[in-house]
Amino acid sequence: MQTTPETPTSAVSRPTSELTPRLFRVVKRRRETADTVTLELEPLDGKPFRIRPGQFNMLYAFGVGEIPVSVSGIEGRLVHTVRAVGAVSTAICEQKVGAVLGVRGPYGTAWPLEQALGSDLLFIAGGIGLAPLRPAIVHFLANHERYGSGVLLCGSRTPGEILFEREVERWAEHSSFDVDLSGVRHALTTYRTVDVAGPSWRGMVGPVPQMIPKAHLEMRSTVAFICGPEILIHFAAEALLTRGLPPRSIYVSLERNMRCGIGLCGHCQLGPTIICRDGPVYAYPDVEHLLEAREL
Amino acid sequence: MQTIDEVLEEIPFFGGLKHEDLELIAGCGSNVHFEDGETLFREGGPADTFLLIRHGSVSLSCYAPPKGSVILDTVGPGDILGWSWLFPPHRWHFDAKAVGVVRATQFDAVCLRTKIEQDPRFGYELMRRFTQVLLQRLQWTRMRLIDMYADHT
Repeated sequence: MQTTPETPTSAVSRPTSELTPRLFRVVKRRRETADTVTLELEPLDGKPFRIRPGQFNMLYAFGVGEIPVSVSGIEGRLVHTVRAVGAVSTAICEQKVGAVLGVRGPYGTAWPLEQALGSDLLFIAGGIGLAPLRPAIVHFLANHERYGSGVLLCGSRTPGEILFEREVERWAEHSSFDVDLSGVRHALTTYRTVDVAGPSWRGMVGPVPQMIPKAHLEMRSTVAFICGPEILIHFAAEALLTRGLPPRSIYVSLERNMRCGIGLCGHCQLGPTIICRDGPVYAYPDVEHLLEAREL
Repeated sequence: MQTIDEVLEEIPFFGGLKHEDLELIAGCGSNVHFEDGETLFREGGPADTFLLIRHGSVSLSCYAPPKGSVILDTVGPGDILGWSWLFPPHRWHFDAKAVGVVRATQFDAVCLRTKIEQDPRFGYELMRRFTQVLLQRLQWTRMRLIDMYADHT
């Protein structure tokens, strides 16, 4: 009996190539904290890989599984920073230099860096949330003459869990670029805080949103990028709105259980939006009501 | 150089107070200076002051064996430090230590407590402001109880 194959629809045929991972070799591995590792990757096929700050890839540890990971660096190599919290992320963190990973992507929306030209930028990061913001911060510092001033508020649970610690110190120390009558302005003023600390800690203690009321910000010209646990996003956005930042000047990066990465499987659906397709970076007014809806 | 009541006028905590109230509070205040690492007060000590931090930051810690000293909070410029002076037994609950050089205005709580008892309107205005600080710190503390970074990937 002859069967007539169904005509493939675009929705069915589309994922075939998009769901096939490209092979990347780990060329550098750096331990950031006790449970977090940064991997620098190069494609085995040598073809360029373009990704924008804020976007993510699906990283595949062969024989274990696949997880979404935001890009944490785009300077030459593809860079991902992964925290070991489950089987797949642990397997990815354990990859040594020379190991091969599967990479699908890039997926999702990016931080609106072009849209924010001429504005002051405020980066708010909690924990591993600094990783998706890192390429945006690097871009800002490399192009600071096209933006106003910058502020980074970042927090972690303890001093030992601060991500990119030396780099954040470098950003703070070496980013003076503009001297005016009132003194030295810094391209990126950084504030760091932890939830709890021992006696040798000289930084701030308290949650990240606690720093917002006192940070030096000019609200009329600021665009804020927030990435971290959702509860932090909620309180940080609330504190910014209280200070008078217009909601449309706030962008947030959300995360859910992304699986396919191309908006087909629905695992990362949040109300009317599919995060892997419409996000992860959203304008705050587009998701504010969804963050507060418990039944979603 | 600004007088203490002129300084107070610029601090949101004192916003909306009548000029005579500000003068009264300023009359109980004096400017103080602490070197890096210097102790402002110790847990269990008499809480007979509160401070307006004008420069630098102060860590609040408690001694928690076997961990030792644990920093629970920090306050910085514009913040009010100390509310134990308002409630019996008027003893500090934490240690406070200067992180870097700290400049502050210190207020004599005994002087203010007497005035509060004599003038309920003034007492209410001051309590309302301290309650706001308490509420904000309680909210931030609750937020930390969530341990929001634990499972964040």
